[in-house]
Amino acid sequence: MIKYALIGLSILLLTASALAIDTGEGFDDPVLQARYAKLIAEVRCVTCQNQSIKDSNAFIAADLRREIRRLISEGKTDAEVADFLVTRYGDFVLYRPRFSGKTLLLWIAPFLLFLIGGIAIFRVVRYRMNQPIDDDLIDGGRAQ
Amino acid sequence: MSRYVLPLIAVLVMIPILILGLQSDPSKLPSQYIGKPAPEFSLQTLQDPSRTLSSADLVGRVSLVNIWGTWCVGCRAEHGFLMTLAEQKKIPIYGINWRDNRQEALQWLEQYGDPYVASGFDQDGRVGIDWGAYGAPETFLINAEGRVVYRFPGPLNASVWEQQFAPLIAGMSQ
Repeated sequence: MIKYALIGLSILLLTASALAIDTGEGFDDPVLQARYAKLIAEVRCVTCQNQSIKDSNAFIAADLRREIRRLISEGKTDAEVADFLVTRYGDFVLYRPRFSGKTLLLWIAPFLLFLIGGIAIFRVVRYRMNQPIDDDLIDGGRAQ
Repeated sequence: MSRYVLPLIAVLVMIPILILGLQSDPSKLPSQYIGKPAPEFSLQTLQDPSRTLSSADLVGRVSLVNIWGTWCVGCRAEHGFLMTLAEQKKIPIYGINWRDNRQEALQWLEQYGDPYVASGFDQDGRVGIDWGAYGAPETFLINAEGRVVYRFPGPLNASVWEQQFAPLIAGMSQ
């Protein structure tokens, strides 16, 4: 049984390389290749929104990978590539949206909520500190 | 009693926000070009490689730009309505034939009719990306200045037209 499971597993491992999604040619320059790999992992596939274009085999993801490859080979910076995508598809297309007027609330909301929560806890605790101590509760605790 | 006021306000504020969130369809992305000039492009027409369809052709009168392909099921679904629209001759429809095969596209127009004034042949899909298209069909309403007024992703039909396009077009001609 275990033998068959192991055989099955090794076959699966062997096929993994055949399932590679990005079939476009890579860059010879490892620096460019690393930039490309990092960029495509941070761009949302617009038809399959919970995948990056690195992980998606949708045609639009393949086209966007090709465009990013082209932009990088034309010497564009990462910021310029991000600009290219945002003008066409909006901030939504980047998994790490840039800080701007439109995305301001998105970026500060966690800190704002943390602050509101903190103030609420502070007020509740201070209110309870000023309550008289309930003797019954303490006696009840001792009795056990 | 007053201790319930704040939570109550918080809940009352959150409810409409959450209802809005539930109603919005996250698969429908807003176009980045609303109010902006249509993206620049120049494509060979499907019928005649020596002629071009370009963004300059969109200036001058209210028009539609329809992104389509023979591989796209929704395009087949809306084709009948596009034909009806073309027969009314109220608004010219320009096609962008996206990531397609010229022969198959021509055959499609032969078989089902050609509602387009002209169709640009976007073989490698770059113009589609320039328009921010993320699927097909997508239909853009362009005003006489060549600016994008509205984008509808998905197949057009009579009720979408009446509810979403017709009021905008009526507003523009005034």
